[in-house]
Order: sequence, then C-alpha cells, then structure tokens
Amino acid sequence: MSTTLSYDRLSEEEKHAHFMERIEQGDKIEADDWMPDEYRMTLIKLISMHGISEIMGALPEKEWVPKAPSLRRKLGIMAKVQDEMGHGQLLLRVAEDLMKPLGKTREEIMQDLFRGDLKFHNVFHMPAPTWGDAGLIGWLVDGAAIITQTNMLKASYGPYARALKRICAEEVFHAQHGEAIIMALAEGTEEQRALIQDAIDRWWESLLMFFGPASSSTTGASKQDTTIKYRIRTKTNEELRQAFLDKYIPRVLSLGLTIPDETLHYDKEKGKWAYRQPDWNKFKEIVRNNGPKSKDRLDLRITAYENNAWVREALSPDGAVV
Amino acid sequence: MGRGGETMKSAQEAKADQNYQAALTELLYQLADDDFIIAFRGSEWLGLAPHIEEDVAFSSINQDTMGHAAIYYQLLEDLGQGDADALAHGREASQRKNAVLLEEVNGPGHYLKKPLYDWAFAVVRHYFYAQAKKIRIESLKNSSYQPLADAAVKINMELYYHLLHWKTWFTQLATAKGEAPERMKNAIEKVSADMGGVLALGPKEEEMAALGLIESEEVLTQRWNREMEKVFAPLPMSLPAVEMKRGDGRSGVHTSDLDSALTTLSEVYKQDPVASW
Ligand SMILES: [Fe+2]
Ligand SMILES: [Fe+2]
Repeated sequence: MSTTLSYDRLSEEEKHAHFMERIEQGDKIEADDWMPDEYRMTLIKLISMHGISEIMGALPEKEWVPKAPSLRRKLGIMAKVQDEMGHGQLLLRVAEDLMKPLGKTREEIMQDLFRGDLKFHNVFHMPAPTWGDAGLIGWLVDGAAIITQTNMLKASYGPYARALKRICAEEVFHAQHGEAIIMALAEGTEEQRALIQDAIDRWWESLLMFFGPASSSTTGASKQDTTIKYRIRTKTNEELRQAFLDKYIPRVLSLGLTIPDETLHYDKEKGKWAYRQPDWNKFKEIVRNNGPKSKDRLDLRITAYENNAWVREALSPDGAVV
Repeated sequence: MGRGGETMKSAQEAKADQNYQAALTELLYQLADDDFIIAFRGSEWLGLAPHIEEDVAFSSINQDTMGHAAIYYQLLEDLGQGDADALAHGREASQRKNAVLLEEVNGPGHYLKKPLYDWAFAVVRHYFYAQAKKIRIESLKNSSYQPLADAAVKINMELYYHLLHWKTWFTQLATAKGEAPERMKNAIEKVSADMGGVLALGPKEEEMAALGLIESEEVLTQRWNREMEKVFAPLPMSLPAVEMKRGDGRSGVHTSDLDSALTTLSEVYKQDPVASW
C-alpha cells in the first residue's frame, strides 16, 4: 500500500497538522500543494507587497538613472534598477501562482496598488533629491533589504525561497554599487562629502522604520508572528534591525560621518544597540500613502498604466488581426 | 589617398594619418552620440513601459546601448579626443553629431511628472534605429580601423536581440485590433520624416567610404530599405519616403529637445566636472 497520504480523506484539522509537520521538518511547500488559507493569504500579501516594493523602489532611483555623473555610473545604476524591476517581475509571478485558486491575476495586484490597498515599502515613499541619495539607497537601503531577505532564504514556501536566492545574489551587487558611489563621494570634495551626510540625516529614521515595528503593539499590526509560525522567516523585526545596526554603524562612522541620534549607543549589558525610536505614527501615515512622495510615485505608475491602455488592448488574446 | 583594403591596427597608426583620423573621429562621434542619446531617451521610460516584463527588457536594451556609446567614446579617447566622460557629458549641443530623430522627447510630459509618453513612437523609432544600426554594424565588422571592427563584433551580438525585440513589437502592434494600427501609422509618419538623418553619414561620408571605414551611405540605405520592404509587405500600411525634415544632426543641427536632454543628463557631472564621481 502507498504511504502517500490521500489528502481528500483527511479532515481540515488533519491536513493542517500534516502541513505543520512538513514545514517543521524543513519540507518545502510548492504552489500546487495543500496549504492552510491563512498561509496562502499571508504569502500573497507578503510576496505581492515585496514584489510591488521592488517595482515602486525603482522610482526613487529613476530620477538618477539619466543623471548619473559618468558613463560607468550610468551603466551601474541602469543595471541596478533593471535588476529591481526583474525582482518585481519574479516575485509577482510567485504571487500570481498563489492567487490562481482565488481567481485573481496581476491586474488585481495593480488595481490594489492604485487604490492604496496594497502597500509598498516605507523607504520608497521618501524623496531622493540628490546624487547622494542614489548612493545611499544602494548602500543602506539595499543593505537593509539584504538583511530582511536573507532572513527568508529558508522560507517554507519553495517558490519564494528560490526567488529570494536569486534576488539576494543580485542584492550583493547593488550594495557594492551603492558603496562605490558613497566611497567616491567620501573621498571627494567638501561638497561631495556633504551630499552623503545630508542623505544620512534625511534617511536615518526611514532606515530604522525599514524593519517594521518591534511588536504589533507599536502600530497595531504586525505580521511577524504569523510569518515566524509558518517558517517563512526566522528572526523578529527587532533582531533584523539590530543586525543592520551591527553591520552599518561602524561603517558609517568610519567614513567620518555622523548619525543623527545623539542617544545612539551600544548597550553592553543587553548586547544591543539603544537608539531613539522613530516616529511610528509617521510610519503608519507613510505606508498609507501619505508619505512625502507617495502620491507622486503612484501617479507616475497610474499615468503610465492609463496612457498604455491601448497597448494592453492590442496585446489581449483577441487583439491580433493576423 | 585612400588606404584601400589596408587596415589600421591601432590608434597610434590612425593618428599618424590626418585624413584618416579626421574621417574616423567623425564617424565615431556619430556612432557614440547616436547610441548615447537614444539610450538616454530610453532610460526616461523606466517604470513607464506597458508592462513589467517590458520594463525589464527595455532597460536591458538601454543599458546595452549606453554600453555601446561608452565603447565608442573610449575609442575617441584613445584617439586623443579627450576624456570619455567629458565627451559624453561635457559637449555642447552644436558639437553633437547624433541624428535629430534620436534626441526627440518621448512624448508630452516629463520623465518624473505626468509622462504621457507614446509607446507607438518608442517602438517605431527603436525598431527603425535598431535596423539601421544592425546594417551599419555589419559593415563596421569589416572596417579598416581594427579597434572599431573588433567593437562591432561585440556590439553585434547584443544588437541581434534588440532588433528581434523591436521587430516583434512592431509587427504585433501594426497588425493588432483596436487603435494600435492607427497609432503605429502616425508614428511611422513621424519617424520617417527624420529617419534620413539616422541613415546619413554626414559631410565626410565620401572619405569614410574611400578609406574603408564603412560602406557608403547609399549602399547602407539601400540595405535598410530592402529590410523595411520585407517587413512592410504583409502589413496594412506602407513606408513613406524617409526625410530629414528638421535638419542634419551630423552637421551639428539640433532641436531644443537636445538642449534639455543635455541639461538633465549632465546635471550632476557639471556640478564638478573635474571631481571623481
Ligand atoms: Fe531588489
Ligand atoms: Fe536591490
């Protein structure tokens, strides 16, 4: 007799127990496997938010792609932003497969974004007014992204884990690209150095927010408990933020730059960085599309979407004459 | 006179022959400026393409094209024309040799604000340009200037995909239902009116051919027309005669679109042209 469980004969509870057993053993769940609704919904939300953040994340750098100050930098930032679009594409495909049984498509993802129901990452609501921002985004925003994404490399959902593996490999180049811009500025003129300090001063709070609130009591919502339960991630938001501070505070300081938080210090007893909490109410407002650049960037995407409606019509299956 | 058949192996050799050097640098400026400005216009499309897959493909093409411009500017630097970055970012509009068609804005609006860009224009301009570039590159593979012939071999490999990409879009939209064919017709009219400037090799055209740098404008244009005839044959539209309505970019004639492009693309560079960025 076959030892394969016939899912049809199991009760919902038994299916759930078997599912939990599988992920606890480190088994990978695939798109067509049975999964609890909560798991599916959590993944759809997480992955479509991740995917759309990659795509919206191209927009702050978009400004600097044509303006990059040398041929080498132009090529570097073009390659980087192309990768981000590619990450978005890869992730949206993973999300689409999860949405299939619900009868939903990418069209719904885009409409959710336009309506404000699908959030994108807080950092991508912020302005990027100088070339220093182009460097800082690659260096520290991508640096932070590497930390959150490696935290999910062993995710129980196979297609997501595999996408992340490819993404993380490319993110390393992004961080190097950002670091190279920052190094050139740091070794440059007074004005060039000032560009980095100014960017750090403006981005610091957003970088702390990047990892999300430490617990749901801070903002009233945090998916971290569910994602840990389902073995999608391993570390908490605060653990990730601490890993970021561990890695980058020494690097920032070694360039002779300052961090705009005079309370910041390493608490030896707790073995943790103590820092001034960012304004979490501001965070809530930002991710509700009330950040300084939220509307402009959504507008760009909506304009493009509407402006290209005729192309989608032409590409639709019944669109071709020949 | 012409060094018929003989090759120039290095910048050193080319520089020793004044006529040769003059025709060669002229050609390189055209090649470099064409790719540089169209890659810039393409990069303004980032995040605005009809779908995400196209955004990825289009930015890959722009990146390749910017890479080709960088190769040509480097060849110019090797010939003593100055620093490649300065050549790309520091020259005035009147010194630029790109075709006028390639500097034209993508459509109404700004790349960061209400960009009502025209995808039909993008497809037709890029397709016509990619086909012309392909023909030019095939000819350059046999250029008497060895470093340029070597560059052409490398560029040709990427160009194959660019051409395929734009040709696919072109035929798909030209034969679709809905308003696409009408939009494509308008874009074809618009692009043809200035396409002559892309096919032109400028005032030193004859020397270029005589020195074996590239085949003549006439031969290359014929080839381009033949390719176009093949593609247009099954389509419900025809190719108008190509013209050079708004002037010859090869002679330094340009529109205000180039001025605004240069302001944007050199904004950071000009903050400190001698600094290392
Ligand atoms: Fe990414
Ligand atoms: Fe990245």
